[in-house]
Parts: sequence; structure tokens; C-alpha cells
Amino acid sequence: MIDVLYFAWVRERIGLPKERIETGAATVAELVEELKAREDRYAAAFADLDALRVAVDQDLADFDAPLDGVRELAFFPPMTGG
Amino acid sequence: MTVRVQSAPFDFGAEANAFAQGRRDAGAIVTFTGIVRDLATGDLSRMMIEHYPGMTERALEQIEADARARWDLRDCLIIHRHGDLEPGDMIMMVATASPHRADAFAAAEFLMDYLKSRAPFWKKELTAEGAQWVDSKPDDEAALSRWADDG
Repeated sequence: MIDVLYFAWVRERIGLPKERIETGAATVAELVEELKAREDRYAAAFADLDALRVAVDQDLADFDAPLDGVRELAFFPPMTGG
Repeated sequence: MTVRVQSAPFDFGAEANAFAQGRRDAGAIVTFTGIVRDLATGDLSRMMIEHYPGMTERALEQIEADARARWDLRDCLIIHRHGDLEPGDMIMMVATASPHRADAFAAAEFLMDYLKSRAPFWKKELTAEGAQWVDSKPDDEAALSRWADDG
């Protein structure tokens, strides 16, 4: 089980801030494909991966990052702090 | 070394004074404060700042550690607010203390550049027309590349 978190417009598009997902996906990209196939709201949120960032256990990562042993995943748009 | 992420306002003068107080090891202190700027149209009613609790503190601490590894810093302070803000409110501040002014200035700029696009905050602007997420700017990413060569 992986805790998956969504922030900013990704959260709004998917309609929830957090969910627990049971997955056999080996990488972040594979999990994204699973979610996109699941419902339209995921397909809408993940339509353009260039517009998204991913954090694996609270560190920025790439979409080809492995999910083995990962506890927390987060998807969000490019950050706008400062 | 202090990193604070909070919804409450902070007192910039008090923070800057406390940071500088009694310091004998650093001849130079640089501070920067970011303020919620109104839109060119003048109709920004509020700014909401969302963040990723846990990762935010972790990212800011990492950015601060990177700055300390590059420059001769005796202390650093990062305060960043989240939640509901209005035009004119202070969003964040950084302070750096170093024996040398060049290091204090460079480190403050580095902290600012990195926390703009590597710390998990997202701004949303609310106007009479509705709400809009602020897009990141290509310039923000470009600003990071200038630190890439000499590190």
C-alpha cells in the first residue's frame, strides 16, 4: 500500500488530497498509467506529465523512479514558493 | 540554523534583530523579505499558499544545508508562511550571517532561488473573477542554472 498525495490543481482535478493505493506498478510512471485508466479525473490530472512533478518519500524524483519499498508518493505542479 | 513554516504572521523587525543580536562571529547580515504583490490590475483580494507538510521542512533544511556547504555562513534563518494572505502581507523572509558580505549576499540569493522552485509551496490568487493557480516561470528555473557551474 502506498499513500498517494495530491497538491494544488492536481488535488482539485482528482478531487481528493490523499488516498491509499494498492498497486503492482514497478515505477511511478506505471502507477500513473494505472490511475489514468481508472477514471477520467485521473486522466485529466495526468494528461501532461511535463506539467507535473513527483516526490517519492518526500524527495523530488523522476517518473521512472522505482516504487519498491516506497511509502509515500506525491503529485503536484511545479512549485511556486518564495 | 532555523527553518519555520507557519500560517501566523511574523514580525520582520523583531526577527532581524534577534538574528543579529549579540553576534561576534559574523560581520555581515543580509535579510530578504517577500511580500504579496497586487496584480497589475489591482484586484487581487487574497493569496492562498498551499504546502506539503513534512516535505516542506525537509526541502528547506536541505536548501539551507546546501547553502552552508557553499559559503562561509555562521547562521541562516528561513521563515515561510502558508494559508490565507492579503496584498501587502509578508510571505517569507531569509537571513544569512557570514564573516564576509559577499557570502551573505550570495547565500541569501541562493536560498531565494531554490526555495522558489524546489520547496513545495503553491500560490493561488483570488480575484473578483475567481481563483487561479500561479504558474511557475521559466525564469525561476533559469535562475537555478547560474548556481550549477561553480558548485
